[in-house]
Amino acid sequence: MSENSLSPTRRGLLKAAAGSAALLAPGVFLLAAPAPSKARPDDTATDSSVRWGLLIDTNRCDQECTACVEACKEEMGLIGKGRPATDAQYIRKVELAEPRTGFTRSLPMMCQHCSNPPCADVCPTGASFKRADGIVLVDRHICIGCRYCMMACPYKARSFAHEKLEDQAANNPRGKGCVEACTLCAHRVDAGIVPACVEACHAKGRGAMLFGDLQNPEHAITQVVAQYPTSQIRADLKTDPGVRYHGI
Amino acid sequence: MRLLAAFLLVLTLGVAAAPSLAGPPEVPKAKGEKCLAEPADMRRNHMSMLLHRRDATMHQGVRASANGLKACLDCHAVSNAEGQPVGIDNDKHFCRVCHDYAAVQVDCFDCHNSRPEAKKASSEPVADVMPPEATESQPAVQPEGAK
Repeated sequence: MSENSLSPTRRGLLKAAAGSAALLAPGVFLLAAPAPSKARPDDTATDSSVRWGLLIDTNRCDQECTACVEACKEEMGLIGKGRPATDAQYIRKVELAEPRTGFTRSLPMMCQHCSNPPCADVCPTGASFKRADGIVLVDRHICIGCRYCMMACPYKARSFAHEKLEDQAANNPRGKGCVEACTLCAHRVDAGIVPACVEACHAKGRGAMLFGDLQNPEHAITQVVAQYPTSQIRADLKTDPGVRYHGI
Repeated sequence: MRLLAAFLLVLTLGVAAAPSLAGPPEVPKAKGEKCLAEPADMRRNHMSMLLHRRDATMHQGVRASANGLKACLDCHAVSNAEGQPVGIDNDKHFCRVCHDYAAVQVDCFDCHNSRPEAKKASSEPVADVMPPEATESQPAVQPEGAK
């Protein structure tokens, strides 16, 4: 990027750098910092009193940054074979461009954790399912690899393991012949830790991702979505994604 | 006549080698003090325990760690000469020792890692679903930036 090109992301960054005090002023919700949620006791089941969700601020998402993607690969043990067409990806960076104006925007795209997941609708074995807390998963013990869910997903969020795999991450067992996707880091969330992508976005990126319980009024995500315009991708399909975007 | 002699020789050798083949497998020693249940019970029921845990963990997020596959591996893993835990491709792997003997195929390791997880340095923030920096940097969500 040349020094003169004030891309939206760069402009946003400069603004943020120049007037962080001013920026803080309207963000009154920040003062009501969310009470840290305690990890659910590990011998209890999830329940529908929570609905985990993500908010992605595309104004903040840097076009060149892939911290979330790298963190996901590391956390989930996704070792690529150098074949982009078939290597598994749980999260990817997508470029949006307005052809008339040339305006571009970059955002991370992953399983949207719909409350009406089409993948679960079409699954013939019940392997695709939605957990009570809104996380959509593939139970690879009963997945037969038919890939109906991959066809049904409007977000192209799922991958198929085409090859025999070894040295899987302990938290993400995966094998040849099964469909897989973002789990919203269910193993971390169950332990009270934010997903790996969110952690990386704050540590290495610009902090464009916010994770929390969309039903808990104390969580920042709930307050922000109530205060600012955010959108669900392909809301017309009425899948009601748990992942929301701001700035698109 | 020579053929018969050769046949008898093979037979004798076969019988001589038989005890090592037919004897019960030598189960590798585990690290932990005590298993979840008595050996006889574990031998007969470990698969049901794993199956129950599997569905509860997968579908309901119940992760009480005492009796999952990970815990089995932590205690029972067998190390090779270099001190590295061996995988399921090695016939010394604690699952294989018995399963080879009983001629029962183990499918778990088609997906699960057959070695225990290497301990990571735990620098991760625990217990906060919302890290503090997430709230501080949240003015990101500013409508003006969208203009």
